[in-house]
Amino acid sequence: MPLIELCDVTKQYDAGPPALANLSLTVQAGEAIAVVGPSGSGKSTLLNLIAGLDKPSAGTVTVDGLRVDAMSEAASAKYRRQRIGMVFQFFNLLDDLTVADNILLPAQLAGMARTKADARVKDLLQYLGIDRFADSHPGRLSGGQRQRVAVARALMNRPALLLADEPTGALDTASGEDVKALLAALNADGQTILLVTHDLGLADSCATRTIELVDGHITRDVSVVAR
Amino acid sequence: MSAIGRVVRAGVGRRRVQTMVMLLTTMFTVASSILAAGLLVASYAPFDHAFAKQNGAHLSAQFDGSKASVAQITNTKNADGVTAAAGPFLTATAQPKLASGDNGLPAGMPLPQMTMVGRADDDGPVDDVTLVHGHWPTSAGEIALDTNYFEANVGAKLKFADLPGTPTLTVVGIVRSVSETADAWVTPAEAATLSAETSPTYEMLYRFAHAATTAQINADRAALSTASPSGSIVGTQSYLSIKQVQTTNTGAFVPFIAAFGVIGLVMSVLIISTVVSGSVGSATWRIGVLKSLGLTPAQVVRAYVAQAWIPAAVGTLLGIVVGNLLAIPVLNGADNTYGGAGLSIPLWVNVAVPLLALVLVACAAFVPALRAGRMRAAETIAVGRTPRAGRPRNVQRWAARLQLPRPVTLGLATPFGRPARSGALAAAVVFGTASVAFATGLALSLNGVQHGRSLDSAGAVTINTAAFPDISGKSITVRPGQDGTRTPADPAAVAGIIKSQPGTKSYYGTIGAQVQVNGISGLSEAVAYTGDSSWATHQMISGRWLSGPGEAVASPRFLTAAGLHVGDMVTVSNAGKSTSVRIVGSEFELSHDGMDLLTDASTFSALGIAETGMQYQVELQHGTSVTQYLDAINQQLRPMNADAEPVFRDRSSVIAAMDALVALLSIMMVVVAALGVLNTVVLETRERVHDLGVLKALGMSPRQTITTVITSAATVGVVGGLIGVPVGIAVHAYVLPIMGHIAGTTLPKADLDVYSLASIVALGLGGVAIAVVGALLPASWAAKIRTASALRTE
Repeated sequence: MPLIELCDVTKQYDAGPPALANLSLTVQAGEAIAVVGPSGSGKSTLLNLIAGLDKPSAGTVTVDGLRVDAMSEAASAKYRRQRIGMVFQFFNLLDDLTVADNILLPAQLAGMARTKADARVKDLLQYLGIDRFADSHPGRLSGGQRQRVAVARALMNRPALLLADEPTGALDTASGEDVKALLAALNADGQTILLVTHDLGLADSCATRTIELVDGHITRDVSVVAR
Repeated sequence: MSAIGRVVRAGVGRRRVQTMVMLLTTMFTVASSILAAGLLVASYAPFDHAFAKQNGAHLSAQFDGSKASVAQITNTKNADGVTAAAGPFLTATAQPKLASGDNGLPAGMPLPQMTMVGRADDDGPVDDVTLVHGHWPTSAGEIALDTNYFEANVGAKLKFADLPGTPTLTVVGIVRSVSETADAWVTPAEAATLSAETSPTYEMLYRFAHAATTAQINADRAALSTASPSGSIVGTQSYLSIKQVQTTNTGAFVPFIAAFGVIGLVMSVLIISTVVSGSVGSATWRIGVLKSLGLTPAQVVRAYVAQAWIPAAVGTLLGIVVGNLLAIPVLNGADNTYGGAGLSIPLWVNVAVPLLALVLVACAAFVPALRAGRMRAAETIAVGRTPRAGRPRNVQRWAARLQLPRPVTLGLATPFGRPARSGALAAAVVFGTASVAFATGLALSLNGVQHGRSLDSAGAVTINTAAFPDISGKSITVRPGQDGTRTPADPAAVAGIIKSQPGTKSYYGTIGAQVQVNGISGLSEAVAYTGDSSWATHQMISGRWLSGPGEAVASPRFLTAAGLHVGDMVTVSNAGKSTSVRIVGSEFELSHDGMDLLTDASTFSALGIAETGMQYQVELQHGTSVTQYLDAINQQLRPMNADAEPVFRDRSSVIAAMDALVALLSIMMVVVAALGVLNTVVLETRERVHDLGVLKALGMSPRQTITTVITSAATVGVVGGLIGVPVGIAVHAYVLPIMGHIAGTTLPKADLDVYSLASIVALGLGGVAIAVVGALLPASWAAKIRTASALRTE
């Protein structure tokens, strides 16, 4: 059973052409999908639909066996807590929480036992090499370090799917390379990843499959073997 | 449209919730202020207003028809000083029973003795009475009752077993006569029928050119005597004595309500200032953008004052309408309290209050707008964008460690992120809670005061051994032709009957007389108690109630006037006899201006004052039927010329009106406070929308989002309640004694210590409730915002 399955998905915002038009897509567990395309092509819309942040105008979105498009707000929140990890271009860390508390947040929202959650945070801090920043606030970290914190937070609840929206978009070259390596390593460990990016280098370095969107249509779907 | 005009229009239109909050806050503030100010104005000399409105009778006189002809009585209109007169009106006196159940009372219930006056219509040159309900009697079998007589409903039927033909009259109207010229009115023909078997008695009503003082009234009375046949005037009633009673009834409460009105106004000023300055303060970033586009500081100030002023102006206009509409029922209630003064909101209040509100809004907006206008553009743009260090982060860290659900701990820490805004929110809660705490204390104190006032008729049954009492607590009125026709009952025999009557639980007797008290010039009212009055003691300010011979208690005013203290001995004299009594307590007393001396019956015995006219208060055993008790005991008492009547436990209309008013003003203050909270939480939620988006993206459910926002507001609500309740209690503790002092008395501790632990906790929770109610709307909005949109928000 595919991890992600989109069937004839259309998303129409207002008047004008749809952001996504009759798009169908299947992603298997363990894949690392890079969605590329110009601005306005529908990349972020696709990511939002899969994350349950938005609903399609038509079609179905199924992730890990769940019909995301038919979920209530509460069910959608629970789905994100349990099955999805999200990484954003501008990190979206809460500045007044420490690094450890930021990472802990999804587990706390999910009601995970405190000792178990603390242990998981410790593991993630070590795994991502940011354990020395546990008690720091995000504002004092570099961009790359902040994105590592964001990745740690996204992985906190062991999500089936990691969604990343321009994860290197706000980083300098060195930090960007660092994040690319991190995502590749995560995928190598079996983490399914869907990332949206303008950065073809990122797609090349860590995606097992690249999808190009133009005007809401898939214009190219290339797996790493073909590449 | 100019650039500033566009900025103002866009600002007003863009922030619809905030605009609406400002509009509603101003509306409620203006409405409550108009009500409070209107009531303050109406509270000034209410009796005089009502008396003037009704062309009240300075003097009403009863003429013996056997000693003066109708023409001679009519001719008294020409007496010296008379400026207007009405009458003569034929009168009849009788004691009715309820022929049908009414107002919760059963059929057959005896009502107090009443004087009926035959009058063709309700208006006239004197005593232009107010018809409260129903219509004026126009045909046989109809009767209109005075509001002071008995709270009957239109349609009630009264049976007069003692009158010719034992007629049953139907109540067709409820009437208010400020001059209290009668208990009831019937048609002149009906009055003639009812009084057919007795010597005719006529009532005349007069207004005089000079009637401001007792001396002038006495001179007027003398002029009437001169103008009428000798001995024909058998009784007169001065409006000054009615005014004294009325002033005692209402005057005691006016200062309390005035205090609440003033506090309400102050609270309104503070809350509106908070809301407006908070709204302008939140726009600092936008002001920075406008300045970077070239707006001068003066233009910025003008734009933002206008943005606050436009919704405030609309709210003010609506507030005038709402305030005046609310004033109709409220002032009608107060109107009853004040005896039909015809209260209304004066025009100047409708002008002054809105103007003041608009000036206030302008000032409240001006200060933060000026501050933002003077800031450098870069500085204003940076406001709210820079991560805050220090205490908020420490609080977040501390909150994250709490063993509570994360949405709760996030909410707990939120108020510390923006201390100034949280302060504004807390201020709104403090104002609201303090208002409610003060209002609650005021209502409890007023009820305590009223309870103290009703102790003179504490039992379920009153037994009179002489003359005809008036149930409303007015002084005993002896109607012409009836005094002297009855031999007063023997008090000892009456006491024996009461004691042996099944159903009697406890009783005591009182009798009044005027005595000379050493240290006080002139005569003083004294009341002697006999029997066990321990179950109906007056509220004590200090010392204790009477417990034996040779003891007396008096009000602080009396003790001060006589130079006495609790524990002192004082000499009391009457008709050449003297005795000494020890002051054992200071009691709460409002009747007779608090100048009564209450003493044991042995004092009157020592002074040679007979017990004739003793009035007994009887407490019945639980489950005893008042009607059956009255029927049974009256069979024994009436042959002795004594009479038992029920004590009506009607809740004082004064207290009811005041309670309703306090409740209405409190609700309005709470609404304004909740709007203040709503405004602040809306601003806070808007600014945190991105953070909320992040949390929602991480899986925060709508319910968890609501929990976070509500917890944040409730945290401040707890703090606001913790401050507001003591503030309200402190204001109560400070204001009430002062107001009591103005009313000429010292309030008993029991009427001041009205806050129980349970009520304090409840009031504190009220603060939380205000915060939660105010935060519900923005919390629900926060839960509904689309995560994707929130994440895009800068």
